[in-house]
Amino acid sequence: MPIVVPTGRDLRLDLFRGLALWLIFVDHIPSNIVNWLTIRNYGFSDAAEIFVFISGYTAAFVYGRTMEQRGVVVASARILKRAWTVYIAHVFIFVIFMAEIAYLTRGIDNPLYNEEMGALDFLKEPGETLIQALLLKFKPTFMDVLPLYIVLLLAFPPVLWLMMRAPTVTLAASAILYALSWNLSWNLPSYPSGGWFFNPLCWQLIFVFGAWCGLGGVTRLGPIVRSRWVLGIAAAYLLFSFLIVMTWYFPRLAVYIPKWFQDWMYPIDKTNMDILRFAHFVALAVVTVRFIPADWPGLKSRWLKPMILCGQHSLEIFCLGIFLSFLGHFVTSEISRSMAVQVVISLLGILIMIAVAWLLTWYKTVEGKGSGKQSKPPRSDLAGGEA
Amino acid sequence: MKLAAGLALGILAYAGTANADQVCGVAAHLVHVDAALPHAAESIAKSKKLNVVVAGTTSSTLPGANGEALAYPARLEVALRRKLPDVAVKVISVAKPRQTAADMAEGFPKILRDEKPALVIWQTGTYDAMRGVGAESFQATLEAAVDRLQSGGADVIFMNMQYSPRTEAVISVTPYADAIRWVGLEHAVNVFDRQAIMRHWSELGTFDLMTATKSLDTAAKVHDCIGTMLADLIAEALSHNADPAKEPAKQ
Repeated sequence: MPIVVPTGRDLRLDLFRGLALWLIFVDHIPSNIVNWLTIRNYGFSDAAEIFVFISGYTAAFVYGRTMEQRGVVVASARILKRAWTVYIAHVFIFVIFMAEIAYLTRGIDNPLYNEEMGALDFLKEPGETLIQALLLKFKPTFMDVLPLYIVLLLAFPPVLWLMMRAPTVTLAASAILYALSWNLSWNLPSYPSGGWFFNPLCWQLIFVFGAWCGLGGVTRLGPIVRSRWVLGIAAAYLLFSFLIVMTWYFPRLAVYIPKWFQDWMYPIDKTNMDILRFAHFVALAVVTVRFIPADWPGLKSRWLKPMILCGQHSLEIFCLGIFLSFLGHFVTSEISRSMAVQVVISLLGILIMIAVAWLLTWYKTVEGKGSGKQSKPPRSDLAGGEA
Repeated sequence: MKLAAGLALGILAYAGTANADQVCGVAAHLVHVDAALPHAAESIAKSKKLNVVVAGTTSSTLPGANGEALAYPARLEVALRRKLPDVAVKVISVAKPRQTAADMAEGFPKILRDEKPALVIWQTGTYDAMRGVGAESFQATLEAAVDRLQSGGADVIFMNMQYSPRTEAVISVTPYADAIRWVGLEHAVNVFDRQAIMRHWSELGTFDLMTATKSLDTAAKVHDCIGTMLADLIAEALSHNADPAKEPAKQ
């Protein structure tokens, strides 16, 4: 039985994607005091899980509708076009990053730092570096998310096709791939060595889970999510995760965790999206959905509008956030690293993100008006902004 | 020509040694004892001997003909001998470039066998961060290796990364520094917080760590200070062993 793609716009997706984009920006400025506010300090999962889950949700929602109305070929073509757009965005940011590094490290020579300068070897071999970057094998620090997204989109057409027919089978297959990759240490290769920081073979699980939810899984899960028991378990798990994370910052508390339990629990791996991280994200989602329903009036409030706007232009704002975090780092390292400057930079960056998101919305309206009342192509931003 | 320059640098560095304590002293509060050194204390009590191995990467060395004598392992030996005049102190540096913590851990059984150290200074984290091995697996490596070193008869002192303002954007060291701190507190291992100390010097202008230079002058002074302060840490930790009533300072 083919499934019916739900209709209607869920502003919560935009809201939380906007929030994830802000958090990613703030987290990407090294030694930033504002980092202390971001969720990764209060539980296992962080903004990356939110971002990938919502991306899977909206991709399934938007392209599922296309596949239903225009067929597999058109939907697949749209998905691949989107992957291409993301690829171009990644290469563009990479060029900016290289320029920034080249500028920051002019005349860095110091015998004290012979080892650290090894990290800049890629500037000595620009040819090789460029080739490896275009192959998505060379990814500088903090530039790992978009390559993950590209690979997930490239693999998405057959996944979506299957999911339209047998959603739960698809989700199970995804979980099996996750378990196999986890146990057999499968990962895509990186340059100069190692694997991807976000292992796509593991992170696909949360993307596919998002897609599954986007194609009606939420409705199927409804009774479970609404159950008091599930809410209780989720809340208890969030509290547990919070307490464990506190022992990272106040190590003297760690003596209260039994040794066997630590041996079982650690390491909580980000590269392979540890199951404890996944569970933390799910628990967070259960509690959030419970307290913020789709028709929550706050979603229309003008105070949350900026966050929603950012979430609706996720690719552009994500790229802008990466660029701004480079810039923020430049300011903190070259001009001043005082706490006040860190706070100002973080706030200023978010304001710029909001302003640009607003500008992009304005452009869209203007262009929409200009094209008159011709038959509109199906909008890819119907739910939760762009896919 | 090169030799003359090297000699001149050497003399400069030694001239700097005289008041090194005073210069480095501004960061002395960042050196603190969190754990005793039972193996080292036992070795001294039994045989008046202290074998120290420095396991590390390039940031435990300095380049050039005099590099070995100027780098902190050699300076540590000098300072320790001054502080422990009745003890036969030997510091062996096995620093090699491009070694992850896991690479170094593989070499530990051989080091324990060959050098019989009572104390291992383990400088690590930088190369792992550059390679991006993942802070979680880095931490797991440290935990397993520390257990093995301790049961193999050696105390451990961690030394974390250098503070390197110019490469902060390219190497994300914080998660690895956190892992070191964490394992240190979990396994009763002292951490020599090189990063915080050097950052403090940089902020106070004690040493200029930003300007590009080919000269070894500042680098040699920094290493001398690190060696001296490391000796302070060891001596103080040993004095806790000598007097069991005195609890290690809690921070």
